[in-house]
This record gives sequence, C-alpha cells and structure tokens, in this order.
Amino acid sequence: MRKAFGPLAAITGLMFAGAPFMVARAPYESSMGLVQKIFYFHVPSWFAMFTAIGVCGVASLFHLFKTSPRADRIAEAAGEIAVLFGLMGLVTGPLWGRKAWGVWWIWDAKLTIALLLEMTFISGILVRKYGGPGSDKLAAAVGIFGLAVVPFVYQAVNIWRTIHPLTSVVPTLPATMGGPFWFCVAAYMLLLVVLLMMRVNLGKRQAALDELYLAYED
Amino acid sequence: MFFRTAWLVLRKDVAIEAKSWEVLTTTLFFAVSCVLIFAFAFVKEGRPVEDAAAGILWIAIAFSGTLALGRTFERERYGETLRALLLAPAPRPALYVGKLMGMLALLGLAEMLLVPMVALMFQASLFSRPLLLVGLLAGGTIGFCAVGTLFAAMLVRARSRDVLLPILLYPIIIPVIIAGVRGTAALLGAEPDEPTAIMWIGILGAFDVVFVTLALWTFEPLMTE
Repeated sequence: MRKAFGPLAAITGLMFAGAPFMVARAPYESSMGLVQKIFYFHVPSWFAMFTAIGVCGVASLFHLFKTSPRADRIAEAAGEIAVLFGLMGLVTGPLWGRKAWGVWWIWDAKLTIALLLEMTFISGILVRKYGGPGSDKLAAAVGIFGLAVVPFVYQAVNIWRTIHPLTSVVPTLPATMGGPFWFCVAAYMLLLVVLLMMRVNLGKRQAALDELYLAYED
Repeated sequence: MFFRTAWLVLRKDVAIEAKSWEVLTTTLFFAVSCVLIFAFAFVKEGRPVEDAAAGILWIAIAFSGTLALGRTFERERYGETLRALLLAPAPRPALYVGKLMGMLALLGLAEMLLVPMVALMFQASLFSRPLLLVGLLAGGTIGFCAVGTLFAAMLVRARSRDVLLPILLYPIIIPVIIAGVRGTAALLGAEPDEPTAIMWIGILGAFDVVFVTLALWTFEPLMTE
C-alpha cells in the first residue's frame, strides 16, 4: 500500500487538474444552464461521503469486537473524511440551490439526511476528542450506529415531498454528461483513498510517538 | 437466568426510585417546563400553531428522557454499582434489558402525565385514536430508550459525559422524532389520517427491532474495560 501512495496521489492530482476542462466541455443542461455544472462536484462528494461512512462502520465493528488498533485508525480516518466530504456537499448544495430554487436551504428530504449524517459523524470526532480514555470504543459505537441509521433517515425523510432531483437521474444521464460525471466520481473516490491512506499513516505515527514517550518515561 | 437477571436489575432500579422519587419528579418537572417554553414559542394570539402539539410533545419526551438517562446512570456511577453489576456472573445483555425496562417504565409514567397535559393545553385531539397514539408513543419511547440506555451506559466512564450524551444521542434518534412527530400530527387533524399514522408506527417498529438488536449485540464489548 505504501508504494502505491505516490502514484495514486499523482493520478488524483492530475484528474482534479483535468476535471474542470471536462466539466467545461460538457453540454449545458436545458433548464438550469451553467449552474447545473456544480453537479459534477456536488454528487461525487456525496458518493465519497457514503463510501467513507461504510468504511467507518465496518472498521468500527471490527475494532469493537476484535480490539484492533489498525481498524480503529481506519475508522477514525474514515469518520473524519466522511465529515470532510459531507462539508463539500453541504457547501456546493446550497450554492446550487440558491440559483436553482431561489433559497439557500429548504427542509427537503435529501438535505435533511445530509445534515443529520454530517452531525452524526461530527459527534464521533467530538467523542474521540473529549471522551477521555477508552473513547475509541465509544467512537466505534457511533460509527456502527451511524451506519445503521442511514436507511432509517433515508426512509423517514424520503416520505416528505421532495424537490431535490432523484438519485435515479444518474443512470439516465446522456453520454456527454455521463462521461465527465463518472470521471469526477472516479477522481473523488481516488481522493478518498489517498486521504484515507494519509490519515491512517498519521494515526500510526501518532501511536508510535505516544509509545516512545511512554517508554522514555519508564 | 437471562430474564431473571433483567428482572432483578429492573426491581433494583424501581426500589431505589420508589424510595426517593428523585428521577421521576425531576424528569416530570423538566418536561412540563419544556412544554411551557415551547408554548410561548408556538402560540399566536392565544391559539397554537397547527401541528405544534405533536412537536412539543416529542421534544418534551426527548429532552426529559435525556435528563432521566443521565440521572439514572449518574446514580450508578456515584455508588460504583455499575461496576459491581458488570462484575456479577450474569449475562451482560440481561443487564442492558433490565436498565432498558427501567427507563421505559420511567418515561412511560412521565408520558401518562405529559400527553393529557399537552392535549388539554393545546386543544389537541390526541385521544381521537387512542390505540394509534399508544402505538406511536410505545414505538418512539422504545427506540429512544434503546439507543439512549446503551449510550448512557457506555458514557459512564467517559469524561464530559453530561454533554456527550445528547451530542451522540440526538443525531441517531432523529428518525424516531420524525416518525413520532409526523405520526402524531397525522392524528391531530379534524379527520385523523389513520394510514399515515400506521405507516409511521411501522417505521418505528422496524427502528426498534434493528436498534434493540444492535444494542444487545454491542453492549458486551462496549462495557468491557
């Protein structure tokens, strides 16, 4: 994994450098025009967030039952990255909404889910920071429950009327829009992997440093 | 063994509570204060805003429930009794079930006063379909207490546990609040909307099953030091 990091980071960088050109060349959407182009960054950031939530939940389960520091580091990294991508979605969403719907925020189904999941994973970071010793297990519980709550939030808020575009638009995209879109999705997924590797490595070094301090004090 | 342990834990909690009535009285008082505060926010020219009663009822349940959870486990922590319970050669999930039953009994008692009060003060026809209302209240309270009891128990040994409990609990139980509020609001109109209320009861039931199972499963590793 270590060796793959450099090339992966380089590919991710190149893809993000190329993405604006792909997006610029994609056709205008008929009713929203230029504003719709934020879609190419807005939707992939949610894809990346849900992937990070899944990784965090599975790693949390593993840590809770097997007490593996490695799984704990992955869960911590994935939780923070989920918050990061969620933040990207929560910034790009209102920018789009302001132009397309005329308001920054509405209490629509998808927006509510997004905010709730963001809050859940921020609470995971807070418990790690302020929970004191043993908070890794507490954060693992938040990761597991955060993953388990996704279908319920989805179901509960989806029953309200929604003006947000449905997820079913993605497979029906014309090829001229689908190409840049899936390119951006791939770029975001690579970014997720690169960030995850960086954050896990950082956690590993922190743990090693803590051990050295302990050994020195003894 | 399992049910006996759960029963003993429940009986212990009831016996302690029956001596002082500390948690029940403070929880009830807090719930009534919540209702009062929201009454000032949601009453216009003497008439409550539409559907406000449903929201106020569930907010009062969630807020006072958090307070009760914190107090119940603070008592265990203060007497170091939770550690004693965990040391006992009893199945851990049974301890969870016992504590959960205690919380349910407590919140159930509080709701018996809270619901008529909200119905009277906000001229809400909460009792037009009593069975559906009981279904919503039971489903919502079980869901809230299932997650709340687990989180409050695992936070007993954490620092700043008072502030962490609502922080961790609220985002997870939002589906319960949504279902409770929407379901109760469906019962409030001149023509109670039964299918909607039943659908929300179904969602609450599914939530309860998933989260009670998850809590029973994770209680043991979470309470191991």
